[in-house]
Formats: sequence, structure tokens, C-alpha cells
Amino acid sequence: MKKSTTRRQVRLGEIACARSGDKGSGANVGVIAHTPEGFQYLREALSARRVGKFFKPLGLGKVVRHELPNLDAFNFILPGVLAGGASRSLRIDAQGKALGQALLEMELEISEKVLARCKPRKKNRS
Amino acid sequence: MKSILIGNAQGFWGDSINAPARLVSQQPDLDYLTLDYLAEVSMSILALQKERDPATGYARDFVEVVRSLIPFWRKGSKVRVITNAGGLNPQGCAQACAEVLRQAGIRRMKIGVVTGDDVLPVLRADPGTKTFTNLETGEPITKISGSLVTANAYLGAQPIIEALNAGADIVITGRVADPSLTVAPCVAEFGWDWNDHDRIAGATIAGHLIECGTQATGGISTDWLEIPDPANIGFPVVEVNPDGTCFVTKPMRTGGVVNERTVKEQLLYEIGDPDNYLSPDVTVSFLSLQVREQKKNRVRVSGAKGRPATSSYKVSASYRDGFWAQGTLTIFGRNAVVKARRCGEIILQRLREAGYELQRSSIECVGAGACMPGLLEKSIEAELLETVLRVAVADPRREAVERFAKEMSPLITSGPQGVTGYAAGRPRVHPVFGYWPCLIEKARVKPQAYIATTNG
Repeated sequence: MKKSTTRRQVRLGEIACARSGDKGSGANVGVIAHTPEGFQYLREALSARRVGKFFKPLGLGKVVRHELPNLDAFNFILPGVLAGGASRSLRIDAQGKALGQALLEMELEISEKVLARCKPRKKNRS
Repeated sequence: MKSILIGNAQGFWGDSINAPARLVSQQPDLDYLTLDYLAEVSMSILALQKERDPATGYARDFVEVVRSLIPFWRKGSKVRVITNAGGLNPQGCAQACAEVLRQAGIRRMKIGVVTGDDVLPVLRADPGTKTFTNLETGEPITKISGSLVTANAYLGAQPIIEALNAGADIVITGRVADPSLTVAPCVAEFGWDWNDHDRIAGATIAGHLIECGTQATGGISTDWLEIPDPANIGFPVVEVNPDGTCFVTKPMRTGGVVNERTVKEQLLYEIGDPDNYLSPDVTVSFLSLQVREQKKNRVRVSGAKGRPATSSYKVSASYRDGFWAQGTLTIFGRNAVVKARRCGEIILQRLREAGYELQRSSIECVGAGACMPGLLEKSIEAELLETVLRVAVADPRREAVERFAKEMSPLITSGPQGVTGYAAGRPRVHPVFGYWPCLIEKARVKPQAYIATTNG
């Protein structure tokens, strides 16, 4: 499995979709891999630490990641990321609605071979 | 026993006003229509209204919705409506709706009212430092009890069920947990036992999926650009089965899409620990859920697991926390972002010189990464020929924020060339309401349901 193949950069948005919103003074970002293989890959590549580092400039507490293997999904809790919470924040994105789109811009390193299995399959297949 | 169809046609206060009538015409076999009007801070806005006029304090939009549904009821529609539009005054809301029905000559309909969610007197009377602590910060309520504006417990499905069982065609509540609007008709119709945690969990999931309206049918989805006919996006309908599983659908010949992705995205919307989703009716685990597209725009959701609900209700309280305002100016031209930042700083400097050191302020350049400060590369700024300067301030003193509102427009003539986009005029000053989430023991809350009006 660890066989070295050509590696390249991939935007998270190419292998997953996301949705974010406010949760008290923080926010959550759900990330759903397009394929089960993509979920397995992101288990390693998209750690809570990595996400915390990505959003660090916004100022936030410790990121918690919950796994939902049944949905090929993760739920990231981002405490304090809204600078005062949805009702008090002066930021334009006071509700954290844009966080999902931001995270999907994250660049990840991946092998061509794994990437092929992370891309969505053709429709009408179960 | 057959399944029941429950739709949502109002995901928040401000959602499409004609959506309820459209959904009922598009889906004539709909059994229940749920309408959600209350976000976290909606109650504080209603409190201000009620302060000025005690007959108000509810979502007036809903009265118009009732008016728009009259033609369907007249033609024999059996659709029953469940809504939290009552806000701080469910009784007043019911009276206004009854009046509209009476004027239209509709005499058979019963309006159920659910009260008991208002726990403000309890919070005010309790001087304790150990109760009602902020769920997030752990701070004691004594810190803000002097400026409390509202405090409402998220009630569960039980009082709504009582209203439905008493024959209510419309049920108007104050604060209830959003999924409970859906759980109630399921329990009422299927006769589930409260110990049937898995089925109640399934209905809770169904309610969670539709509570934000079109967010379940392609709205805010990652793939939004690809959804068909977005102008005509359909509102969601769940077909809940007697075993607690459901199908998420939308009416035929509407825009938008219901597929595994939109359903999974909405499942994850604004949740915490997916193994521990707390509602007043049940504690739900999402970890065994299965989401399968059965056919186009029809997704089966099954496998919900439930455990007994906790012994407390969540309370959403709000308190006064000063004032705020925001203003924008558009800046076009070379070095637009540098110019915009300087304009923002000039405003704050002039306020300081006028004696107002504002408690909080923010200068943002929209178009230059304002949504994600610090996340985007600085290098794009130099290339930008335009940006929208947004300045927002907050302060305990209203006059300080009012002064800010007057400092935006002088830049139209004293700022850089290319300042434009100021037609909206002076920024408006708004009160800030802080959000105080806490818990209250269920034994201290007395949910009540009654039939307010039987016309004839």
C-alpha cells in the first residue's frame, strides 16, 4: 500500500464536499468524502491538527474531529472561531457559513493511484 | 399503517413567504407542514417588539401564511400546520390567526397553543451561582442576570402531541427544539411509546434534515452551481415510516436536488458530537445511519439509534450587550485595498479624537479575503482594482456607535478618488444581544397545550 508512486497536490474540494455553520461561539464543518477510499485517505491526511493549523489565523481553540465512517464523513468542531460568537461577532462571516468553502481550498499531497480512487464515480452505480 | 408526509416550507424567519402555499399546491397529499421561525437571537428581537406593544412578540409573517393557506383548506385540504411562530406570544399569534380564519368564514378549524417555554422568571428569581451557568464558558449567570432579555427552554414534542390529539389543525408554539416539530406528528400518528428510542431518533433525524428548508434540497450545497432550476427550488418533504426510517424527497416538477450528498451535508449541519445529538425527546447517535439514494430525488435514511433524553432542557437566553453598527464604502482604483484600510483607520482615529475609544471594532476589505482573515495570500491585494470597505463597531454606549454612523460619509469627499457605492446612507445602530446557553431541570418547566379557539 505504501508503494511510492507519483505524488501530486489535490484540492480537498476535488475529493470531498463540506458544509459549515455556527455552533454557539464556535462553528462546525462537516466534510464528506466522495468515496470510501477518499474517507480512508482523509483519515490520515485531514487530521484535527491539520485543520486547526489551517484555520489558525482566524483565532480558535483546539479542534476536535468526529468520524462518521458510515457516511464517509467527518465533523470538525472549531471552538471560538467566530471571534465572539454568531450574535456578537463583528466579522462579515459571523455565522461561519464560509468556513466549509475555505476548507475545501486546502491543498493535500496524494499519490496519483490513491487519487483515482478518491474521485467520484460515475452516477447510476451503487 | 401507512407512512406520513411532513414538509418544511420555512427554514427561518425571512424565508420565502409564499413557500407554504406553493408546497401545499405542489404536494397535495402532504399531511403536515412544519414552519420554523426562530433562530437563537430571534426571541430578543421579539422581546423588543413586545416591549413596545404587548399584543405582538410573535412572527407576524405566519398570520399571512395562514391567510395564504385558506384556499386549500376550503377545497378540502387536510394539511395540518405545526410552527414555532408563536415566539414570545403564542396566544397572541393564535388570536391573530383565528381572526384571519374567522374573516374568511372558516369555522371548523382548531388552533392549538403550546406554552411553558418562557423560563425568564425562573432565571431571574434564582440567585444561585451553580445553576444556569453558561454551557460554553462556565461563567455564572449572575454576570449577566441584570441584563437578561429572554430565556426560553427548548421544549420537546410532548405538548405538541397533546395539541394534535386534541384535534388541532394548527399548532402554534414558542421555543421548541426544531426536530420536535416533526417528531410530534410521528408519535401522534404512529402511537410510538416514548421508550421506543430508535424510532423517535429516526423521526428526530427526519426533523433535523428538513428544519432548514431548502438546505435539504440543494440550497447551500457544495455542488450548488449544478443544481437544476434553482429559482424554482423545492422545499423538502420527508416520508416518515412507522418503523422510524424515512425518505427525503421534494415535490415533482420543482428545482433543486435531493441526493446522498445534499442529505449527508445537511445531516452534518450545525451538529456537535454525532454520537450524542441531544434533543428534549431523545439522544441520537448518527453513527449507524445509512443514507441511500433510492431513485432520483428520493433518499432513504435509516439506522438511527436513540437513547433516553437527558433530564434537562436546553435554555436559550439572551441579554443586552450594548450596540453595534456596520457601514460599507466601495473603493475603486489602484491600491484599492491600501486606500480602503486607510479610510477605515481614519474613521476610528476621528472617533478617538471625538472622545470615543470604541470597545470593539473591525476593518475588513471585502473581495480581499475578508471572510477568512489571514488565510488567503496577501499577494492578491496588490492586484485588486476594487474592494468594499466594511467597518463594524460595538460599544456599550449608544451615542458612541451613533457617532460612528456619522463618520462614514465624510470620506465620500475627503477620501480617495474612486470612493463610491454609498447610496445606502448612514449605517443603522442595532442593539447587541449576547447569547447565553444553559440548562434547566425538566422538573422546573411546565409545558402546556390547549386549544385556543374553536370557531363554531
